[in-house]
Amino acid sequence: MFDDRFPIYRQIADRIRNDVLNGTLKPEEQVMSTTQYAEFYRINPATAAKAFQQLVDEDVIYKRRGVGMFVRPGAPERLQAEFRQRFFSDVVDPMVEQARTVGIPIRDVIKRIEASANREPGGHDTREDDR
Amino acid sequence: MSAGIEARNVTLRYGDTTAVDSVSFNLKPGTIHGLIGRNGSGKTSLLSVIAAFRKATSGQVLFDGEPVWENPQAVRRICFIRGSGDTVAADWPSDRVSDAVSLAAAFRPEWDSEYAAKLIDRFRLNTRAHISKMSQGQRSALGVVLGLASRCPLTIFDETYLGMDAPSRYVFYEELLADYLAHPRTFVVSTHLIEEVASLFEEVAILDRGRLLLQEDVERLRSRGASITGPAGEVDQLAELLTVLSSRQLGPTRSVTVYGDLDPDLVRRARAVGLELGPISLQDLFVHLTEPERTTV
Repeated sequence: MFDDRFPIYRQIADRIRNDVLNGTLKPEEQVMSTTQYAEFYRINPATAAKAFQQLVDEDVIYKRRGVGMFVRPGAPERLQAEFRQRFFSDVVDPMVEQARTVGIPIRDVIKRIEASANREPGGHDTREDDR
Repeated sequence: MSAGIEARNVTLRYGDTTAVDSVSFNLKPGTIHGLIGRNGSGKTSLLSVIAAFRKATSGQVLFDGEPVWENPQAVRRICFIRGSGDTVAADWPSDRVSDAVSLAAAFRPEWDSEYAAKLIDRFRLNTRAHISKMSQGQRSALGVVLGLASRCPLTIFDETYLGMDAPSRYVFYEELLADYLAHPRTFVVSTHLIEEVASLFEEVAILDRGRLLLQEDVERLRSRGASITGPAGEVDQLAELLTVLSSRQLGPTRSVTVYGDLDPDLVRRARAVGLELGPISLQDLFVHLTEPERTTV
């Protein structure tokens, strides 16, 4: 269920962040407890608690004393903004670097991106051959 | 009922052999600890001293601040399930499962007989069976039943999975976690099947040739190993700043396994010169940390 090579708490934090991003977990919705996480994923509860602590520090979730953890209002928008920012450094910059290494002109890369963007989501690129 | 353990310079010798070599550590109460080590690394010897089954040659173990040796109050609160199921058989040579269960029920103040019955059922043990005639896996399962249903403040499972098939081991891990969640207490679980149980641990201690190699939060340990692959010169420059556990070379390419905190600066530097950084598993980390020849550069 987890990749043994990475800290499990980070993988749990990633999953919760994703759930908040894609709306599976909505603002003010309660997150499962550390005990439920521990039982479900068969992990030490301290590991689940560590994931929660990280998300509390990031202000994605907050604690209601004696009740549990809840999604902070505004968290989805904030995560989206962070995602957008990281997209360029994590995806676009390395892609440009790779294109440069193998000698693909940036113009071709841009053309391809535009073609992909005009495509129906999930559909096939029908214009690939009429370049 | 905090059940914290402190080992102070514990040494255990059998004649000329030093099984445990001045080991000191603290085991946080209310936590599941993993004790990891190769065969003959001293796990059982150390656990025997903790459980007051053996007297340390020098040094001592404190349980809630009190020495455990010849301390009946402490011993009643410690449940030590020894090694292979064989030791279970040695404790009750001519007895049935039901006899072992009755004895535990009489001796352990927190004994939960309903839970014991449930576990016996889950492990498909026959209460009428003679312990000496059961398979090793069944004896191990009986050990798990006695260990969990005793609800001792400190419970030690010393390679209690021996001989168990995979489904039984999973029942063991599942019940250990569930019962810990329901009744938090201190566990020490020794094993070399790290991959199977590591996610249950909060902390691990690695014992190697009688010495404590490290004691670490398991999640932190997981993040401390890495592999670095790339041109030999570049790899060596970076590896100089870290502890190299192993090294392999294929033509001009070198791959090293390192142990240490990879700070973001180091990661950036590595990526900038085109080095490949990869995580490694706990099992790999354990193997590399306890290999006789650490580096083969």
